Amino acid sequence: MSARSRALRWAIPLAVVPVLALLAYGFRTDPRDIPSPLLGKPASPFALTAFDGKPVSLDALRGKVVVVNFWASWCVPACYDEAPSLERAWQAYRDRGAVLIGVNIQDKEEPARRFLAQFGHTFPNAPDPSGRVSVDYGVYGVPETFFIDRKGQVRFRKVGAVTDEIMKQQVEKLLAEPA
Amino acid sequence: MIRALALTLLLIAPLAAISPLAAAPVSEETVHEIGGQLRCVVCQSLSVADSPSETANQMRGIIRERLAAGDSPEQVKAYFVEKYGLWILLSPPRQGFNLLVWVVPFAALGAGLVLVLLLVRRWSRRAAEASPGPAPDAAMRARIQREMAEREP
Repeated sequence: MSARSRALRWAIPLAVVPVLALLAYGFRTDPRDIPSPLLGKPASPFALTAFDGKPVSLDALRGKVVVVNFWASWCVPACYDEAPSLERAWQAYRDRGAVLIGVNIQDKEEPARRFLAQFGHTFPNAPDPSGRVSVDYGVYGVPETFFIDRKGQVRFRKVGAVTDEIMKQQVEKLLAEPA
Repeated sequence: MIRALALTLLLIAPLAAISPLAAAPVSEETVHEIGGQLRCVVCQSLSVADSPSETANQMRGIIRERLAAGDSPEQVKAYFVEKYGLWILLSPPRQGFNLLVWVVPFAALGAGLVLVLLLVRRWSRRAAEASPGPAPDAAMRARIQREMAEREP
């Protein structure tokens, strides 16, 4: 057997290795975990009307730490899991310079209001009927939560339910930064 | 004078509000074309143009709105890319690292064709070398004829 054909005999099985490596990498990554290009960029301003009729605007909150939570009443179980943590965080930080805003997307008014009543949410909460705010924030699923610093920059995005720990960790970090 | 100016402004204002719409009528074809290149964010592998979901409907509304405001199709796509990253595009742009996606399949196809061509040539050469033995010389031919004659009854 010539050296050339011996090399060829090895080359064919070896050619499979990079393909397998690529597949192994591809199947182990989560196709739903898409990095947001918005981190470190200025948060898009929005002005919505809350369920209680009051205006909700990001521009009015400059200088505060703002947490924007996108949710829907049909989002089971994640939105239901995180709901108590959201209200707890609002109660804990509202007097310390942080604001929590709920944006209800891809939803209907009736079940959305029922959700808010069920969890006794008292932070500003507004529907986004045109979907413009959710596209401005690159939201593809609920829940998604954005943490905006005092300078109005998006600093962290959580896809999926937030927890007390995440709220505390992110909000405390941003509150500690100078305006 | 001021009153006349105010009156003129009052008369012109509605025109000004209408004119951008009149200047750039949004064709549904363009909306469909842009939507066809964008990923419906809540679907698996469906374009904004093809998905019946509420979100896709809202995204089409945003495309329509941006076109009406005077954005070019490229600017509309750039807006979605700015918010969602390149992930939002159904086909990756033909540049940088993503170029590999466009080039590698054709390169692999070409390499495969070359490989097959080389192998076929080698096999046919080997077959050509192996099959025709030495041509029978006169003595051999005579022997064949003799032996065949012996076998015949």
